[in-house]
Amino acid sequence: MSAVVDIAELSKSFGGLQVTRSVNLRVEQGERHLLIGPNGAGKTTLFNLIAGDLPASSGSIHLLGREVTRMPTAARAQLGLARTYQIVTLFGRDTLLHNVKLGLLARSNQRWRQWGSFDADQDLSARALKALDSVGLGDKAQWPVERTSYGEKRRLEIAMALAQDPKVLLLDEPLAGLSAEERETVTQLLRKIDRSITILMIEHDMEVALAFADRITLLHYGQVILGGTRQEVVADPRTREIYLGH
Amino acid sequence: MKRALLAVFIAVLLMLPLATGGVYYTNLASQILIAALFSLSLNLMVGFAGLTSLGHAGYLGLSAYASAWLMTNLGWGHLESAAAALGITAVAAGLFGLIALRAASISFLMITLALGQILWGLAYRWTGVTGGDNGISSLTRPHPFGIDLGNPVNFYYFALVVFLAVWGSIAMWVRSPFGASIRGTRDQPRRMAALGFDVWVIRWITFVVSGVLGGVGGLMYVYYHQFISPHSLSLANSAEMLLMVIAGGAGTLSGPVVGAALVLLLKNVASAYVDRWVMLLGAVFILIVMFLPGGIVAGVARLGGMRRKASVPVPAAAPVNKTDLRPEVAKEAS
Repeated sequence: MSAVVDIAELSKSFGGLQVTRSVNLRVEQGERHLLIGPNGAGKTTLFNLIAGDLPASSGSIHLLGREVTRMPTAARAQLGLARTYQIVTLFGRDTLLHNVKLGLLARSNQRWRQWGSFDADQDLSARALKALDSVGLGDKAQWPVERTSYGEKRRLEIAMALAQDPKVLLLDEPLAGLSAEERETVTQLLRKIDRSITILMIEHDMEVALAFADRITLLHYGQVILGGTRQEVVADPRTREIYLGH
Repeated sequence: MKRALLAVFIAVLLMLPLATGGVYYTNLASQILIAALFSLSLNLMVGFAGLTSLGHAGYLGLSAYASAWLMTNLGWGHLESAAAALGITAVAAGLFGLIALRAASISFLMITLALGQILWGLAYRWTGVTGGDNGISSLTRPHPFGIDLGNPVNFYYFALVVFLAVWGSIAMWVRSPFGASIRGTRDQPRRMAALGFDVWVIRWITFVVSGVLGGVGGLMYVYYHQFISPHSLSLANSAEMLLMVIAGGAGTLSGPVVGAALVLLLKNVASAYVDRWVMLLGAVFILIVMFLPGGIVAGVARLGGMRRKASVPVPAAAPVNKTDLRPEVAKEAS
């Protein structure tokens, strides 16, 4: 198996503040990899570096066997990288259907088409509706996003990412702020994701996250403290000390 | 409903010269149509791409001066000079886009303002080409298919054809898949990039199209006035175009047209009675911003909607546009 995400000696500083320190991380094909660490450990920064939202200060990132360290965000997305955001980042005034269609449009050569109606594009609409159905939002396809609940927005985020048929999926706290019932729905959803998709996830809900993850990496002050299989990391005393807090 | 309104609107535009009867009002209507070309093209940037520009009058100047100079100095015909002028405007907009789109929001605004001022300075100082303060005068109007556009009514219909063509093209463009991506880059640029859209390229294309359509307005402007001077490129003129967009309704298709009509009517009608009509314009603008945020068109639509809602009960679960419900804010704070 080859590493789908291969990060070597990656560092990021904002002025004098070093938020990512020589991080090495390999995620294999189909793996469910969990990133844990206390607040401010640099987990989301690492996601932003992988996705291209932030330029790396040094080190390298390989995605699906290609060096992407200096590649723009959009080009990385075109390689097959999709993500969800910790803070919901959606097109609030538009319908759920429109949101998913935009995601589909991004990966289609139709995105440069300057004529014809986007709303009336039946092919995109049908595929978007299928994606919404898969997260149980099909009946709300015509709702404006701002009228839906927080849990529904999180599911929409996942639907948008999955609709793009990604090879690598970055999930930034998909369960944060959800009720117990919604957590269950989203957890089921995540379990159903095809194993051909490699997932890197940040999550604080340890119960769900531990059940989901194959391998775990523990970050602290921007550094990888330890990484390994679920059992190894959970059993390690440093995990208790840094993360579980006792 | 919308279609019926549009049909009525176009019918009114077609009948206008017959109804008003006077040359003065026919000319005023032509001026409104030309002003609408500027506000519609600027709205592509301000309303649809979310990039507020204060240099749009520069495109008016570029294409107007280019076509005027080619006709007077090289003796080119109207069609060739118009094509060349639009070509020059496109190249200039392309270059300006490279510079201005390095920044966003207020910095972008300042760069467009600076670029507009550079063009204004050129028009003012490069006397050998532009005629300086005197501008270029004694220009002629084109004679498409042997029709004399010197006649105000003929010119009005010419302006109407150009206006409808530009308006229709813009309406189609913003509804296209590419148009949807333009609005996406306005609302969530980061997300658009993460989805795989080339945000910069989308903005640049919009910037150039907006500039070229502004250039079309510049051609119509110079045909109408048969004169061009640095005054037309002034910052005040750019600001007036921006005001038309915001007053009418940025990001809508009809707003900029309404805004153009409002400003031109105030300018021409009110100035006959009030000396300081600019103050009146300012007051009207403040009232619009205070009581109809989102512009006249959105405001009137909302008032109409309120009346409809009062008579017909809407089911509670109906997907209505409302901004007051923001559950994510409360949840994220916790």
